[in-house]
Amino acid sequence: MEPFIRLRSAAVPFARANIDTDQIIPARFLSRPRSVDHGQFLFHDLRQAPDGEQRPEFPLNRLHWRDARIVLGGRNFACGSSRESAVWALFDHGIRAVIAPSFGDIFANNSVKNGVLAMVLPRDAVDALIAEAEATPGAEIDIDLPTQTVTSAAGTWSFDIDPYAKKSLLEGLDELAFTLTHETDIAAFEHRMGRTNR
Amino acid sequence: MTEPEPRTLFAKIWDSHRVLDREDGQTLLYVDRHLVHDGSAPAFELLRQRGISPRAPERIFATPDHYVPTNTRERDEITDDRHRGMVDALERNTAAAGIRMFGLKDANQGIVHVVGPEAGLSLPGMLIVCGDSHTSTHGAVGALAFGIGSTEVAHVLGSQTLWQRQPKTLRITVDGTLGAGVTAKDVILAIIAHIGAAGATGHVIEYAGSAIRGLSMEGRLTLCNMSIEAGGRAGMVAPDETTYAYLAGRPFAPTGHDWDRELELWKRLPSDPGAVFDREVTLDGDAIAPMVTWGNSPEDALPIDANLPDPEAEPDAERRAAMLDAFAYMGLTPGAALESVMVDRVFIGSCTNGRIEDLRAAAEVARGRHVAEGVIAWVVPGSAPVRRQAEAEGLDRIFVEAGFEWREAGCSMCLGTNGEIAAPGERVASTSNRNFRGRQGPGARTHLLGPAMAAAAAVTGHLADVRRLMAEG
Repeated sequence: MEPFIRLRSAAVPFARANIDTDQIIPARFLSRPRSVDHGQFLFHDLRQAPDGEQRPEFPLNRLHWRDARIVLGGRNFACGSSRESAVWALFDHGIRAVIAPSFGDIFANNSVKNGVLAMVLPRDAVDALIAEAEATPGAEIDIDLPTQTVTSAAGTWSFDIDPYAKKSLLEGLDELAFTLTHETDIAAFEHRMGRTNR
Repeated sequence: MTEPEPRTLFAKIWDSHRVLDREDGQTLLYVDRHLVHDGSAPAFELLRQRGISPRAPERIFATPDHYVPTNTRERDEITDDRHRGMVDALERNTAAAGIRMFGLKDANQGIVHVVGPEAGLSLPGMLIVCGDSHTSTHGAVGALAFGIGSTEVAHVLGSQTLWQRQPKTLRITVDGTLGAGVTAKDVILAIIAHIGAAGATGHVIEYAGSAIRGLSMEGRLTLCNMSIEAGGRAGMVAPDETTYAYLAGRPFAPTGHDWDRELELWKRLPSDPGAVFDREVTLDGDAIAPMVTWGNSPEDALPIDANLPDPEAEPDAERRAAMLDAFAYMGLTPGAALESVMVDRVFIGSCTNGRIEDLRAAAEVARGRHVAEGVIAWVVPGSAPVRRQAEAEGLDRIFVEAGFEWREAGCSMCLGTNGEIAAPGERVASTSNRNFRGRQGPGARTHLLGPAMAAAAAVTGHLADVRRLMAEG
């Protein structure tokens, strides 16, 4: 997994509550293997008309935000299904961080596993970042994971992050390999459970 | 000697599955039961790339549901190469690992969240995971069950464990008696409308109170199923006599002395008196009416006799913008009566409402009536056993005579991964769990409701108060 330490990029705003994973990647693309570029499916049905024409007003299609690596989302961003392809679509498009007042729990877990930072900030901070992005499209913001701060022309905020998620992101941790170093603990648990049957 | 601290149902299951605790607050949990479906191919691929085999195949059960057609059980009749590929991949991956799979023609096949409890694979006190957000369903038997992504599925396949931070607990108490025509679906939609689509984020919900105790197992499964639609990590109902009566004699449930021993353990699971929850919410069961959603979030739910809201009257700007989007997408008029909304299709099924009790309730409304002119109405049983049971009771004949299509088991139009979708602009009255934009096909408009309400919409051609049809007899 690619480590995440610092990021400076434009931030593309999606100022809506409850943007669900069906919007991020429609279900009909879920049968594609991971090796396929999922960036092409990101916000597919919002980004383009049914005839395939790109919608020029959609934020990702606007010149200043085409290469944005940060998403600013509304409350309960990526609620809904467990599809990890929602993270893959963001990642393959180049997105490395999403900032929102709250996230769907499963999406937040999936993000860490793929090196994407799902950052929770208070709603007024997210609103300030969105207002700035809309006022100055393409304006860059800085995320610094070691110091847990985000800085833009609108201000500087510190953010909380689970220590384990932070370590995973900073080091690009391979979780399964780490867990399997505890194989004896797992085997001991299975042995105990076998005797007591839970 | 000091009294032991009172614990919640959730805490008891969490504690009994801890393999390791780390200083940073993460706990390695042992997984009793891992359910996989035909969307699991990426997880098996992740494992294969690393040369790791599933650690405990005997704890894993599989069934294809997302990509199976519901008009045939013939694998060769799956016309889409990608869909057939997903079904084939599940068969290949499970066979290679020695995992039991209920294939297309197996007597136990069905939607994974219908199959688990029905087969007796999901039992009280278990920790259950599956690569699907509606895994919360299984909490209805008194288990801790939650959905995970592909990387976590691969982690569980490879280690039978999962790292988690302990979530908070939320008890939702619904006391009182549900009125005629009010079902578990209405209870959960009322709860989500009350606490919001992110109302339970970061929490495990325990449902309690006399209205919950009074629900059948099928009703509790419906309730827990949509916990994720309130943002909940999981939903649970403490096991009781209803649970034990439902599980006894199920194909994979323990028998004889094993049953007796398990039963003694199960009886210790309910939350102790005085156990403390991080949050408490209460609802009055008597006040809940049959519910239907109008917008693109499950929190946009109203009693069927209400009028649509007016976005311009909404003070919160973010909420107002979302409402305006939803009205435009759904093609609705602010202030109109919900009952005036005409429907094009009706879908009765899914892991939310595809069980025998759901089909009985829908058939009761369909009996002696006919699907309205121009409406396409489908009944898709949640599993092969549900389908057989319904046929044994003659429900299939009631549906067919009333003009419904009677189909094979699968996820079908809940999310349309198998290609069964509505056309752009079509309005669907659906017993499924999500009314997201495009969920049932690009441009399709979904209204969520219970199975009897869906049947009422089918026979009247519009969203309708099932209580009036029930009064007509």
